[in-house]
Amino acid sequence: MDDALVRAGRALRLVLLIVLALLFLIPFYLLIRNALSTEQEITSPAWTFFPTSLHWGNIRELFDDPSVPFARSLLNSALIAVVTTLGTLLLTSLAGYGLARVPYRHADKVFYGILGTLLVPAAVTFVPSFVLVSSLGWISTLRGLIVPTLFPAFACFVFRQYFLGFPRELEDAAQVDGLGPWRTYWRVVVPNSRPVFAAVGTIVFLGAWNAFLWPLVIGQDQSAWTVQVALSSFTTSQVIRLHELFTAATVSILPLLVVFLCFQRWIVAGVERSGID
Amino acid sequence: MIRGNSARWFWIFVGPFAAGLALFTYVPLLWSVWLSFFDAHNTVTPTHFVGFGNYTAMLRDDAFRSSLGTFLVFTLFIVPTTYVFSLSLALMVNRLKRARAFFRSVFFLPAACSYVVAALIWKMSLFSGVRFGLVNTVLGWVGGDPVAWLSTTSPPWYWLVVVTVRLWLQAGFYMILFLAGLQRIDPALYEAAAVDGARPGWTVLRHITLPQLRATSVAVLLLLVINAFQAFDEFYNLLSTASGYPPYARPPLVYLYYVALGQGQNLGLGSAGAVILAVIIAAVTLGQARWLRLGRGHADA
Repeated sequence: MDDALVRAGRALRLVLLIVLALLFLIPFYLLIRNALSTEQEITSPAWTFFPTSLHWGNIRELFDDPSVPFARSLLNSALIAVVTTLGTLLLTSLAGYGLARVPYRHADKVFYGILGTLLVPAAVTFVPSFVLVSSLGWISTLRGLIVPTLFPAFACFVFRQYFLGFPRELEDAAQVDGLGPWRTYWRVVVPNSRPVFAAVGTIVFLGAWNAFLWPLVIGQDQSAWTVQVALSSFTTSQVIRLHELFTAATVSILPLLVVFLCFQRWIVAGVERSGID
Repeated sequence: MIRGNSARWFWIFVGPFAAGLALFTYVPLLWSVWLSFFDAHNTVTPTHFVGFGNYTAMLRDDAFRSSLGTFLVFTLFIVPTTYVFSLSLALMVNRLKRARAFFRSVFFLPAACSYVVAALIWKMSLFSGVRFGLVNTVLGWVGGDPVAWLSTTSPPWYWLVVVTVRLWLQAGFYMILFLAGLQRIDPALYEAAAVDGARPGWTVLRHITLPQLRATSVAVLLLLVINAFQAFDEFYNLLSTASGYPPYARPPLVYLYYVALGQGQNLGLGSAGAVILAVIIAAVTLGQARWLRLGRGHADA
């Protein structure tokens, strides 16, 4: 009797999971369906499961539309995401290594000073940060969009935790070979720590590409719009061309889906490392 | 390992990051606290000191108070809902023998999507208020009338839209955390329970799985609360229109955004609001940590 019950339970669970998976995929289906439809097909009261012919021309139309600075905002987003990722990795990994490995009298105080910023909710600081960036004259510049976001305490913390467990023998061997701390770091520590760099890097990249509040506040001119700000201003504007909007949204998440599918294990590792603690 | 000039090496490694953090986190914070005591319209170097004037103005402001109240209720609802939903997903996916990676990817995939894109899909297609919206189409098939999801205030259907967006985007992320926690549970515990005659199911979940997931649960609950109070992206993109943001379901951050960076650019008032919000979040987080009796050093992944 138990056996039948267990099997029935297992089948029920599988059915439930399949239903949930289909529900989770519906938004992606809508995104692609609308991106490849004409305006009439989207707004038609009779639902068509998929457009009868795929309108790839929507993509050209989007990039040709002079009223929408979409190509520029894509480029901005790409630049910001790449520079932010590399800059963050450099700064936070060096700091994490110093905190974990270089003995210093006041290291604890510095560490708690860094940790303390985790208690300050990031979004609450947007008013003060705006104040600072505007007094630096960095409004609507890529500098203003990038530089203030290069110092996430969580990434430094993840690196510190990781380097605390890094095998000391490797560093000692480098010392015997006459390498100083700086060259030991670059030649021995970094090459042996690729997984943690990949994990933090993918998380930072996703966050930079998808960020909205900070780019909205700082990127006030169209020339400094990121893809998210551009999409948002189309969504909340008066005249909305749905097929163009959905094409734009699809184009905006394609780079991320590629990153996501290629680096999923690192993203999972990054979530696990940064989510806990 | 490093001898001699170790202070110098420490600052070579840590200095750039620490200086940036100080400049872009501590300086703005202190500056903002200072601004909150001044009448600072359109200026970051005000001269007119108003004491606690901005604070009393914010605390007396009905719109700010109602937005804080609304978000307290929102938090009380969304936190347990997301917790239970993502834990259930993790438990179901973890028990799978085949296709586990497939289901994990499907539920985690929305994490690649921005709140802006998700809000766009929800507002313009899924819960579009006109007949061609998918939910309204399905309602039409079963003979229902189309609903204006985002502009109907009684009943407040917009909450359904907002909550489903958030669940879709976040559930997979927390599921990953729970899956990691489940993987760390020693299988011997389950074997011992089976020997003791515990039937798989509720008993094992309650006496083994949940206690073993304690560290993960604490982290997830703290993250959920902080994220709920900081809601901005999806509300802004779902509900604001060319004519502004409606007076309902307005997150504190959206309100502060309009106060500090809208037409008035009242940075003093906006800073006071940000300080109040930060204090509330800190109080709730610390209270919650105490309530969950957060131990030290157990949560390390």
